[in-house]
Amino acid sequence: MNQNLYTGKLTRLDAASPDAMGQAYAKWSRDTEFMQLWDTEAPMLRDVKKTQEWFTSQEERHRHGSYNFMIRTLADDHLIGMTSLFDANTAHHNAWVAIGIGERDYWGKGYGTDAMNLILAFGFLELNLHRVNLFTFSINPRAIRSYEKVGFVHEGVIRQAMRRYGKRGDFVSMGILRSEWERIQNA
Amino acid sequence: MVLQLFEGKKIRFAAFDADRDAEIFAKWTNDPTYLRLVDHEPARPLSPYHIKKRFEEMEKEAGHALYYFVIRTQADDRVIGFAHIFWIEWNHGNAHFNMGIGSPDDRRQGMGSQAIEMILRYAFEELNLYRLTVFTFEYNTGAQKFLAKHGFQLEVRRREAIYRDGRYWDALTYGILADEWRAKNPAEDTAQ
Repeated sequence: MNQNLYTGKLTRLDAASPDAMGQAYAKWSRDTEFMQLWDTEAPMLRDVKKTQEWFTSQEERHRHGSYNFMIRTLADDHLIGMTSLFDANTAHHNAWVAIGIGERDYWGKGYGTDAMNLILAFGFLELNLHRVNLFTFSINPRAIRSYEKVGFVHEGVIRQAMRRYGKRGDFVSMGILRSEWERIQNA
Repeated sequence: MVLQLFEGKKIRFAAFDADRDAEIFAKWTNDPTYLRLVDHEPARPLSPYHIKKRFEEMEKEAGHALYYFVIRTQADDRVIGFAHIFWIEWNHGNAHFNMGIGSPDDRRQGMGSQAIEMILRYAFEELNLYRLTVFTFEYNTGAQKFLAKHGFQLEVRRREAIYRDGRYWDALTYGILADEWRAKNPAEDTAQ
């Protein structure tokens, strides 16, 4: 039995505070590469206060079926990213997951993979989900590799659904079943 | 050439008329078989009041991220279904689509086919979208055949994402690109 569901090997999941998230996200928003890998929306700049208000309003809007966390490093408690399970609590026992490491010094070093393992454990052990879905983009091979490592399976692509600087890319759809996740935990 | 986006032979697209149309939409919500074909949400009977509220909410996004139509018969001007283009991402030219024919009596007469041809033309010729995405379910074999027939390709199979009648079913995503549609619809008017 896992004694602390929120602590991994490199990271921990922390309660999402709109103030701290707003502060960090306003900074990450200025990194166009991060924003393109994070979301489909055109990057929008907002100041810290507006960003904090936005996160506060999101907390209100997504009260049901949404579980938001901040990702902090175990080494120095640095806020490096965010992750959430959303559209959970459905009759079909599945939810969507999103994850982003805004601090680019922490890219490609296992922090995202570690945090993804934590939020999956939360989804399967606490929410009793049957499966978890995610979307990423073909322009983000680093993320795809991380999700494969965690155990996500490729389930298809939404062809040419993204246009960035004149080039078309796919939305990549991946999923992991509870049975697959359990097999990996017991291996 | 007179462009007719909203007029088909058997059906036409119309605006939702709260006073006239809420009743029939409410009636369909009492048919769980129908609801299971068009939605993953648990079945819930809605009153005309709820229907009006829903359409009021939709109207807030209409003309931006959402375009929605009521399907009426040409013969007797009855409301038989809906067709919506939603979650439009203008920067990528990407959107979702769904439709439904509420009563089994109105299905299998070519009216759904006409509606999907009209919605595709609206999406690609009027909204200038790049592609259209639609969700359906493993158990809805009718929809799968219907979408394939109208040029959609199966793109994503989310395994065991839908729980119905004691077992899991796959959730399916179909898509069509504007170029694929255009290759089959070079002429002016296909829905007439």
